[in-house]
Amino acid sequence: MESTDQSGTSLLAVDVGEVNTRAVLFDVVEGRYRFLAIGTARTTAQAPYNHIGEGINRAITRLEDITGRELIGDDDRLIVPSKLDGSGIDMFVGTLSAGPPLQVIAVGLLEDLSLASAQRLVSTTYAQVVDTLGLNDRKKPEERLDMILSQRPDVIVIAGGTENGATNSVIRMVESVGLACSLMAPEQRPEVLFAGNKALNEEVETRLGTLTKHYFAPNVRPAIEVEQLSPAQTRMAEIFRSIRSTRIPGVGNLDEWSGMRLTPTSTAFGRIIQFLSKVYDPAKGVLGIDVGASATTIAAAFDGELSLGVFPEYGLGMGIPGLLENGSIEDIQRWIPLEVGEDYIRDYIFNKKIYPASLPVSTEDLAIEQALARQAIRRAIFAAEDGFPKKIGRSGIGMLPWFEPILATGSVLTRAPSVGHSLLTLLDAVQPTSITTIVLDQSNLAAPLGAAAPINPYLSVQVLESSAFLSLATVITPIANTRPGTPILRLHVTYESGDETSFDIKQGTLEALPIPMGEAARLRLQPLHRSDVGMGGPGRGGSVRVVGGMLGVVIDARGRPIRLPRDPSRRQDLYKKWLWTLGG
Amino acid sequence: MLAPVVHVLPMTRIRRHRLLPITGRVLVRKGQNVSAVDVVGEANLEPRHVLLDLARGLGVGIGDADRYLEREAGESVSEGDVLAGPVGWGKRVVRAPCSGKIILTGRGKILIEEEVEPYQLLAGLPGEVVSLIPGRGAVVESIGALVQGVWGNGQINFGLLRVLIKKAEDILTVDKLDIDLRGTVAFAGYCGDEQVLHAAAELPLRGLILSSMAASLIPLAEEISLPIVIIEGFGLLPINSSAFNLLITSDQREIAVNAEKLDRYANQRPEVFISLPVNQMVHEPRDATLFSPGQKVRILRAPYQSQVGTLITLKPGLEVLPNGIKTTSAEVELNNSIKVKLPLANLEVLE
Repeated sequence: MESTDQSGTSLLAVDVGEVNTRAVLFDVVEGRYRFLAIGTARTTAQAPYNHIGEGINRAITRLEDITGRELIGDDDRLIVPSKLDGSGIDMFVGTLSAGPPLQVIAVGLLEDLSLASAQRLVSTTYAQVVDTLGLNDRKKPEERLDMILSQRPDVIVIAGGTENGATNSVIRMVESVGLACSLMAPEQRPEVLFAGNKALNEEVETRLGTLTKHYFAPNVRPAIEVEQLSPAQTRMAEIFRSIRSTRIPGVGNLDEWSGMRLTPTSTAFGRIIQFLSKVYDPAKGVLGIDVGASATTIAAAFDGELSLGVFPEYGLGMGIPGLLENGSIEDIQRWIPLEVGEDYIRDYIFNKKIYPASLPVSTEDLAIEQALARQAIRRAIFAAEDGFPKKIGRSGIGMLPWFEPILATGSVLTRAPSVGHSLLTLLDAVQPTSITTIVLDQSNLAAPLGAAAPINPYLSVQVLESSAFLSLATVITPIANTRPGTPILRLHVTYESGDETSFDIKQGTLEALPIPMGEAARLRLQPLHRSDVGMGGPGRGGSVRVVGGMLGVVIDARGRPIRLPRDPSRRQDLYKKWLWTLGG
Repeated sequence: MLAPVVHVLPMTRIRRHRLLPITGRVLVRKGQNVSAVDVVGEANLEPRHVLLDLARGLGVGIGDADRYLEREAGESVSEGDVLAGPVGWGKRVVRAPCSGKIILTGRGKILIEEEVEPYQLLAGLPGEVVSLIPGRGAVVESIGALVQGVWGNGQINFGLLRVLIKKAEDILTVDKLDIDLRGTVAFAGYCGDEQVLHAAAELPLRGLILSSMAASLIPLAEEISLPIVIIEGFGLLPINSSAFNLLITSDQREIAVNAEKLDRYANQRPEVFISLPVNQMVHEPRDATLFSPGQKVRILRAPYQSQVGTLITLKPGLEVLPNGIKTTSAEVELNNSIKVKLPLANLEVLE
């Protein structure tokens, strides 16, 4: 996409994460927007600073050191707009994920309908449901009141009543919320989002009135069979920003710098994935994975429809014990190619919670860290799938839908010792099906670009098209129900040079075709033993043009789901072999 | 690069903001001297309410019920008090089912907040109340020795310190918990046995300071009613030499154990404190600094976890760790004179 006006077009994006604050600079180089540089500093939202400003200043100062460009003036303010001497910037965007997850009570009528939608809405930002109120929970009115008062939520999300549907029971819920608010000190009252039957908006307004800050959003469940979360997601993001501004000093200033458009990092990340899904094959979705300290975010978009899931319980920082609360040690242990005891893993997890910014130094600790990332991504995808559309292409029940591409980011992936480590972590965790491209967002640019998109879509598009994102590999996944060692796919490769080669892929293996980065090749896929390569069903093959990524083209024939040997020494051998295949 | 700071100080001045989670009642006054277990304030964190249907109780219509109310919103009531009535020849009345306060009346209903034991916020350390925060708490100031930990089970107490640890890597076993430790605060090494925690609670100890603990004991440690502070972390970890030296030389001193949970957003950190009488000027420790050569640092994770050393040089650019990760690093000389290269992310300044 070509921009029409590129004068005064530099953009500074600041992302305040749980552990790191990043300042990212974009500008026009040779007629196109480019990612120029990134400056990183520790986030200072927590003690002893308790103000994000220090971390932001340091990240920007680092960026100034790298680029030699003055961004902050003598008055300690951003230089806006840019000057002829090259100093300053023209636009600013901010994203934020730092802070403890918002504590939310979800209120609805029926557990499987409006209450489920309210809970899914909560999971679109950095929040967690601490309790629920529904028609079937058999709580007396005073018990509802006591529950709300004891939980001391940051937010109450009320859904319920389809359009032209129930009214009285919804109003009774709203009355309980209003009464609870009236019994709290004004500064401790939760913010309330009403996303139920629109006909009740006026009555809700009457009952909540000046009691507490409240918001309205279109009904998340306008009809029994219809769920619409998108408009309410915008409100949730607004609430997130409002509460963060009051709880974390400096967030209000960042919001001002951003023109009151400070965006939750996950929302901005989702926006980019949503955009990509409009560009790529509508028969497949686009999957985004951001595995961070504050949460693991799964953004899946299907032909422009975004399904966003933010899971603080699967973050690799303070929330990391969530992996134990929502799974078992064995689930983590299976991803570690070494003999590591349960106690050691448990101790590791709780030490990581204390020091989320710390890094593994030994190979053993790196293996545990990557195992935790695998499990976090895997659990988050399972949780997110609940919100995926029902009618989407997939190779079978229980398998991941077809995605093209899969874009991943997060320090555990971008800081890995090699791209082989990053790709193997992703292949194990995501277990893609069909034919897909796995892209690594090495500099964590997706969220800044998502935040920039509403004010400068050209910038986002042109940077996405640039080499700032690293294609790790095109991945082909033949799925067959056969014994390990059985040939399940015959591949005929025609390189751009005209060279040709053929070989068989066996069940249980991971292979890499050395197609150089950016070079195309034509593959003829001939499934054997009725394997499914995502070309129309089991046994159906065809010809496909692929482009080599950093690791060429990878054929993952390890089966779905991947079953690893219980014996650690056999696991270690396999892992070494797979890693060696992916370049070590 | 910004450096986190942990305090292990033989003499310092500290101020702690002691805040209720919600608005409540502040029970201390400015200038008051408090002990670690004195109540600074209290609030009703888990209120219980009772909603009474007057109409049904009196056997009248909803529209009529309010006419028979005998008490008003805001009044305190005792269990058995008549709230409404009498009505009719049977003289039906509605009585308070519990003691409490009437919150609301109307539309034939009455809402009572039951009297319950309030949550009590303790001072956490001995000292002087230097300022009040209306409705929320107070600031307590004190001078003495401070050791900060990384995990606490949420309890607070104080007592005479008894040192059970001989060397930094000692393991606490049940047989070390003699009956003569009853009512004291024990300082010990690693605890990996749930029987030890049970024995400590049965004695009972008034507090337990551990170098480290098995993470599998967290659920039990959170249930036990004596404060437990962990200085280093989880797994078999020796205590850092600075904390070890300070605490073993404090045997038989009165020590406050504030095992509040680590919450860096709320400025909460578990710590132990020994109040000391001083005449000289003592300053507050700094909480924030930048990494620089000459600093005493503690190592946060393996290898060399919990060891103390001196930061020799900050490495320019990125260094490659043994596992291949590239990151900013420093050279650190450990107390045994060995020099090691470690990521800055794994260090904190110890002062």
